[in-house]
Amino acid sequence: MRTILEVAGLSKIYGHGCPLCAEATGPDRDTNLCRHCGSVVAALDVDLRLHEGEILGIMGESGSGKSTLVRLLYFDEPPSRGTATWHDPALPPVDLFTLDAARQRRLRNHKFGMVYQNPHLGLNFNVSAGGNIAERLLMSDLANYGEIRGRARELLARTEVQLERMDESPRTFSGGMQQRVQIAKALATRPALLLLDEVTTGLDLSVQARILDLILEIQQELRTAMVVVTHDLGVIRLLAGRTIVMKYGRVIESGLTDQVLEDPQHAYTQRLVASSL
Amino acid sequence: MNPNYELDPDEVAYNFGFLDEFAKREVRRAILKAIAIPGYQTPYASREMPMGRGFGTGGLQLTLALVGPDDRLKVIDQGSDDSVNAVNLRRFIELTCPGVDTTEATREATLIQSRHRIPEHPLGEDQVLVLQVPYPDPLVLVEPSERKRKAMHGEGDYSRLLTRLYEDIVQFEEITIAHRYPTRIAAHYVIDPSPIPRYDVPRLHHSPALILLGAGRERKIYAVPPYTDAVPLAFDDVPFRVEAFLDPDGVRRPCARCGATDTYLDEFLDAAGAKVYQCSDSHCCNERCLSGQQEGAR
Repeated sequence: MRTILEVAGLSKIYGHGCPLCAEATGPDRDTNLCRHCGSVVAALDVDLRLHEGEILGIMGESGSGKSTLVRLLYFDEPPSRGTATWHDPALPPVDLFTLDAARQRRLRNHKFGMVYQNPHLGLNFNVSAGGNIAERLLMSDLANYGEIRGRARELLARTEVQLERMDESPRTFSGGMQQRVQIAKALATRPALLLLDEVTTGLDLSVQARILDLILEIQQELRTAMVVVTHDLGVIRLLAGRTIVMKYGRVIESGLTDQVLEDPQHAYTQRLVASSL
Repeated sequence: MNPNYELDPDEVAYNFGFLDEFAKREVRRAILKAIAIPGYQTPYASREMPMGRGFGTGGLQLTLALVGPDDRLKVIDQGSDDSVNAVNLRRFIELTCPGVDTTEATREATLIQSRHRIPEHPLGEDQVLVLQVPYPDPLVLVEPSERKRKAMHGEGDYSRLLTRLYEDIVQFEEITIAHRYPTRIAAHYVIDPSPIPRYDVPRLHHSPALILLGAGRERKIYAVPPYTDAVPLAFDDVPFRVEAFLDPDGVRRPCARCGATDTYLDEFLDAAGAKVYQCSDSHCCNERCLSGQQEGAR
């Protein structure tokens, strides 16, 4: 399979950082706060590889740096160091973090999609659900009203949002519906990579199941590569082919999902799997 | 007041054009930069003027920095030469710029300061139009952070303005922005063309006259240089349209005074409470009334 994203040595340190940060934090030290300089080590030397059409799960407790990781990849924040090589079949490989702001924005608008846990971050509540999707299409230089409207309707129908409510603000929608609008918005430009940050957290079980079904269907239909961040083992088991487990900003275990969940090697993963059963 | 600091009455005098020479030079530099980068909002040190912010201090500073003793000045407010703001601005300029002629005739003026309207009579290459602007940044409606707005302007990212147009069409089946229509200058920067109505936006496109826009409170100057592209934002299949002024039968309403059918009309209620439509540009309307009378007399 073709690799589309290759992340190497990706780190994010909030604060000044010092040479002792790496040593003073981590799962062994049971903290991510460096006692020498007071910096928070949110992610340190994360390596990962994503193939075309694959779903990669990132699992870990809160504060383990899993959300930071996808935020870095979506250019929400700059990393402290590290590289992320993007392989586009039509272009030579590029390091995402060395691109200028305009080209980062272009990639973000055309090639990447993001679904946040909190719909407020992904949606603009001052415009209608259809307008949210139109906004993303307009960013990618589509300038025909009829076409935009048609695409928005198509996407909302695909994600099972009632079309009669297309011209209402997502503010009036239920949590599950807001999440579906967010997914429709993220898919508007047919991105090659979709980042999902705790999409089902806070939704009730039946709504969760329908959203997960939707994600799987989309993955099979469009062959979109996805990074799924969650602390829910059920979501990982259902969606992800490969999984990495993070704790205190480090990757402590990685491999095929079945392997990680059935035969965990690291003590923390063992506890995590045991506690969920 | 300290008596030592008080000058004798005959020694008290304003500099020509009220502003001191340094202030004028600063404004002129900002004007040159604004012309060099069409549509870019050039910051400048807006001075305190002897009138409230929002009464045209930005336009007035531009006028005062440009006006010379050979100029003939026209001041318009709401299309009229005789409205309160226009009269007071004209009086202020007459007071502080001795030797400057003022006129009501668009054709004769070399410098025109306006708010709300671009005169109906086409402007020429030897004329400069100064517009007073309350809100220079069109993105302010969709993005509260100035830092982000600057990045959006830099990258030419106006998708959120187009989203507003989309929402408008969804709700009303047409674009309903009546004034301050976002307009793209020289294929890059989108400007907020002050409170001029949609009707006047096509006049910005390839205008022979230099058009300068000044926002005193927001401390910005920007320009539409002569013969520059000015394209209102729109969709491919929902083009930009100007106001049609149609009556219920679909006929263009004429001006109640001069009968013109090719001007921007103001709507107001007469004493009986009926709607009356009349030219907004009072000078143009007067001229047409006069020529109509002459023809009638022959």
